[in-house]
Order: sequence, then structure tokens, then C-alpha cells
Amino acid sequence: MVELKQELKEKIIAILNLEDISVSDIDDDDALFGDGLGLDSIDALELIVMLDKDFGIQLTDPKEGKEVFKSISVLANYIAEHRKK
Amino acid sequence: MDYPKFFKMDSLSKLAFLGADSLLKFEEKEEDTAILLSNRASSLDTDRKYQASISDKTNYYPSPSVFVYTLPNICIGEISIKHQLHSENCFFVFDHFNAEHLHTNAEYLINHHKAKRVLCGWVDFDDKNYEAFLYLVSENGNIAHTSNDIKKLYNS
Repeated sequence: MVELKQELKEKIIAILNLEDISVSDIDDDDALFGDGLGLDSIDALELIVMLDKDFGIQLTDPKEGKEVFKSISVLANYIAEHRKK
Repeated sequence: MDYPKFFKMDSLSKLAFLGADSLLKFEEKEEDTAILLSNRASSLDTDRKYQASISDKTNYYPSPSVFVYTLPNICIGEISIKHQLHSENCFFVFDHFNAEHLHTNAEYLINHHKAKRVLCGWVDFDDKNYEAFLYLVSENGNIAHTSNDIKKLYNS
């Protein structure tokens, strides 16, 4: 799980072009949206694409996305449980 | 650049954003600033990147963050968000820099009190070539606002 969390942090920084943020800046329980990393709605769409492309997980319910992308810890747990890749 | 969203922009938006920022940071804040921008290549540079990203049907994952920049006027939104501008805006696509068209539209906005100030210009980006020329128009500017003066500034 530690490796998956590390991988997710690296992917999020690269995919979302978070130039001024490093892996060590993101705590496992930091909020990804709102006051945390300050991601926006387009970032959320990119994360949905990442789940499909890299882990074979298709999110179809927007409410589910809101919960899944709460933090790195929540996202890693969800991926570990549902991944097809 | 102390503005995280800058790194998410496409090249055209970065160009327009930097051009506008270099002008507006020396000016008093004015929400009632309209924006009239123009170019030749529209959003072609990003259009090509997006096209390339969806050309492989076996690896078909269109990028939302690239797709949102497949319109040239998105760069106006980026400038408006940073500088909190809430006025009229328009993006024109011409074969060449069109001083007359920008002049006519800026005059209309000022004379009909649609805006107190107008940020005008040409921001073109295509592959490795780019060009940016921006200027501000207001009722009490230092240089006469005529097509000829705009052309002179553009060619200087």
C-alpha cells in the first residue's frame, strides 16, 4: 500500500502538472480538492481518466468520485480493492 | 511564476497570460477591462496535440485538460481569472494582424461605455513560432488610438 500511495502521488503531480509540489508535500490524508491540493473540476476528470487507463477502473457515478478522491489514502484503498490492471 | 495554474495552461494561454501580466501589473486594478485578442493559428498547436492523443484507437484516453484548450479564447479566461476582469471579451482569427478591426471594436466598447479599458492584441502560437503584441486602450491614454498608431506600434 505504501508503494501504491507513492505511485499515486507521483502520477498526480505529473498528470496534473503540479510544478511547485513534490511527493513529500502531499500527506496521505490531505484533501485533494478544496483547501488541500486545490485541484479543480478538470483535474477531477484527469484523475478519472487515470483510474481507467492505469488501473482499469471506470467511475460512472459522480458521487462515487467525490468520495474516492477524498485523499491519497482513500484513493489507494479504493484502487487496491477495485483494480483490474 | 508564482501562480500554480500557469503550469497547467497550453502554450497559447501561457503566451497571452504572460503578455497580459507584463502590462497589467504596472496598471491600476480595473475590473471593467474588456479583452480583444486575435491571432492566425487559433488553437491549432493544442488541436494537434489533442488529435495525436486520440489517434490510437487501442489506447484511447482523451485528456480533458488538453481538450479544454482546443479553443483560442480560453486564454482570455485565464487572464480574466488572474486579474479579476469582468467585462466584454472576444477572440478573432485573421490571416494577418488586423489593426483596423481591433481599433473599431475597442472604440465601440469605450465609446458605448461597455468598458473603461480594453486590453487588445495579437497572440499567436504554432509549433516553435510565437508572437505577442498587447496594448491597453482607455479614454485618457498617452498615445492616440488610431489604426495607424496601432500598426506603428506593432511594427516597431
